[in-house]
Amino acid sequence: MKEEIIIAGFGGQGVLSMGKILAYSGLMEDKEVTWMPSYGPEQRGGTANVTVILSDERISSPVLNSFDVAVILNQPSLEKFENKVKPGGILIYDGYGIHHPPTRTDIEVYRINAMEAAIEMNNTKALNMIVLGGLLKLKPMVSMENVLKGLKKSLPERHHHLIPMNEQAILKGMEIIRKA
Amino acid sequence: MKEEIKLMKGNEAIAHAAIRYGADGYFGYPITPQSEVMETLMEEKPWETTGMVVLQAESEVAAINMVYGGASCGKAVMTSSSSPGVSLKQEGISYLAGAELPCLIVNVMRGGPGLGTIQPSQADYFQATKGGGHGDYHLITLAPASVQEMVDFVALGFDLAFKYRNPAIILADGIIGQMMEKVVLPPFRKRRTEEEIRAQNPWAALGKPKDRKRNVITSLELDPAIMEQNNIRFQATYKRISENEIRYEEINCENADYLIVAFGSMARICQKTIELAAEEGIKVGVLRPITLWPFPSEAIARQTSHVKGILSAELNAGQMVEDVRLAVNGKVRVEHFGRLGGIVPTPDEVLAALKEKLM
Amino acid sequence: MYMDINDIIKPENLVYTKPRLMNDNPMHYCPGCSHGVVHKLIAEVIDEMGIEEETIGIAPVGCAVFAYNYIDIDWIEAAHGRAPAIATAVKRLNPKKMVFTYQGDGDLAAIGTAETIHACNRGENIVIIFINNGIYGMTGGQMAPTTLEGMKTSTCPYGRNVALNGYPLRIAELVERVDGTCYVTRQSVHTPASIRKAKKAIRHAFENAMAGKGTSMIEIVSTCNSGWKMTPVKANQWMEENMFAKYPMGDLKNV
Repeated sequence: MKEEIIIAGFGGQGVLSMGKILAYSGLMEDKEVTWMPSYGPEQRGGTANVTVILSDERISSPVLNSFDVAVILNQPSLEKFENKVKPGGILIYDGYGIHHPPTRTDIEVYRINAMEAAIEMNNTKALNMIVLGGLLKLKPMVSMENVLKGLKKSLPERHHHLIPMNEQAILKGMEIIRKA
Repeated sequence: MKEEIKLMKGNEAIAHAAIRYGADGYFGYPITPQSEVMETLMEEKPWETTGMVVLQAESEVAAINMVYGGASCGKAVMTSSSSPGVSLKQEGISYLAGAELPCLIVNVMRGGPGLGTIQPSQADYFQATKGGGHGDYHLITLAPASVQEMVDFVALGFDLAFKYRNPAIILADGIIGQMMEKVVLPPFRKRRTEEEIRAQNPWAALGKPKDRKRNVITSLELDPAIMEQNNIRFQATYKRISENEIRYEEINCENADYLIVAFGSMARICQKTIELAAEEGIKVGVLRPITLWPFPSEAIARQTSHVKGILSAELNAGQMVEDVRLAVNGKVRVEHFGRLGGIVPTPDEVLAALKEKLM
Repeated sequence: MYMDINDIIKPENLVYTKPRLMNDNPMHYCPGCSHGVVHKLIAEVIDEMGIEEETIGIAPVGCAVFAYNYIDIDWIEAAHGRAPAIATAVKRLNPKKMVFTYQGDGDLAAIGTAETIHACNRGENIVIIFINNGIYGMTGGQMAPTTLEGMKTSTCPYGRNVALNGYPLRIAELVERVDGTCYVTRQSVHTPASIRKAKKAIRHAFENAMAGKGTSMIEIVSTCNSGWKMTPVKANQWMEENMFAKYPMGDLKNV
């Protein structure tokens, strides 16, 4: 098993932390993991992205030409990464951030209205967890149990009371992801 | 305590490894992309557990001189920085080499010259491997290609530095510093006591007991005849290091038709290039120097018996390629491929370059 | 009563001995220089406090670069201006040791200003001995930050012009304002009385450092008769008349 994933959006949307939780979950499953962020000024309002690789084998390059899955939360990121999805791969986008949807037909495109759902849940910070739920629905690469363990590892202790809310958001995402 | 498996950034790994090694002191100054080293140390507060001193200095210049001070007392001390900051440290590094002091320096390289970018680069290869400051000296230069090696090379760097009384440098880059991977952390080791240091490093300036002459840590010697003898002694040390400490990794080299020589994060990228090349029926191997100085010249030269060409792939405009060419001595074609200023190539870009330049 | 050499060397006629910690290496300092006197005072203080096995000196770049040849303790020779950074690490890694720097005005007040101020500001438990003779002695008499207005040196041959070179820098006044210092004093060693006072100051500073009270700086206004191109006597006179006006004697801070 090997999944090469790019998660991209605006800084502040929780792109890096979503990747981190995925990486921690992979660690809990005893997989090899690599989490490679874009870093620098992007973190402060520009676009941010993170490459996450989960694999049963030793991981070679943390830098990739193409991805099995692209999770896209804003328009500039779609423009940057749509053509980097491997043929037959998956692209997930948030309906709120994308005005010109993807046009490729050789990949599977899914839409998740995560921002909408987050607003309904009265918690826009849950956006990334809703998206993570959608991703895990399509690619159950890690078990829910290990995601929760991963959350516990990646969140500082003072935020552990938020774990049930995050679990809810993940379940919500699993429920609302739709083929575009 | 036992070994522990964790997920962490390369920069964080340096900090944890230093505490567990039993390092006595860290002195640094913030600079992207390596500030997590000092941030992690400050968060961990090792002065409350192992007794390790951690201090944010007023400049990189002060930080390397604090390292000089600590090393003069035989303590295991280190600093970390990124390219512009490491340039500032060069004076101190030259003094450390000239005074035959062990220490560990970490450079998480970013694109230059000047203030440059904060993105990954390997453009400080010359600086690290050819000395960097003034005078004839070398640093033991270790190039990690994973977060695990960031951990492992802290201990290796300190051990080699003390074994040869010479500074060691971990030459990493923004990718290795910023990415998170699974690491196995070694068990905690006790810091050495003053008595142990006095016994193991009798040269250390820890205060002069009545039964020995005073210890003077200095790189100064105004008599050129004596200074030449000092230099001859340094060169003998470098020769011993070159004979005993060369480290490298060969990946798929045995039946390769083409060889890529690459270090650090670039070597990781090129391992993916091997896979892409194999899909096209091209047999590519990667030779990854782990010690950049001393350089694995003989290991590279041996490859000329069966490869048609060598590509030196680097995040710079062509630095290590000079050492590869010296090693190969004209026996096969050696070309360079690099991206500059903080741009990192993808594995297929490397393959395209290999095909264009060597096939 | 007439004494010949055999009388003079009799132990009962001994009136002065070289400090035990001063060794027999011939000094490279010029005759008339203040360094030798200050070295002697430091050696006496270390001996009297019984801390020679715990004391580590940090030597500068400048005339005192070879200080390590004369006082019989462990020494570390610093890069130019960096002694306070080195002392910081030595003291923090060895909190029970006595750590002092010995620096001239070029070393401390020009290239090492940042290291000086920040070591003082952190309140490092060290002693900084600061020899201020208003000139770069070692390199042949160039202008220092402390060179007086109008004073001639090889890099201000027509006299220091403040429009061109700025004003003489008063370091003691600067570090006195820094919260980490506990003792800042300005002394000289040109008369027996001033030498006795300077020694007391050094002893007090060393005691501060061992008691963990913060940074002590002793500025010693000194002569450089070679650099000033004067006889030693004339240099002392010139120092009193000119240097003391800009760099007045006494304690600036003693907490």
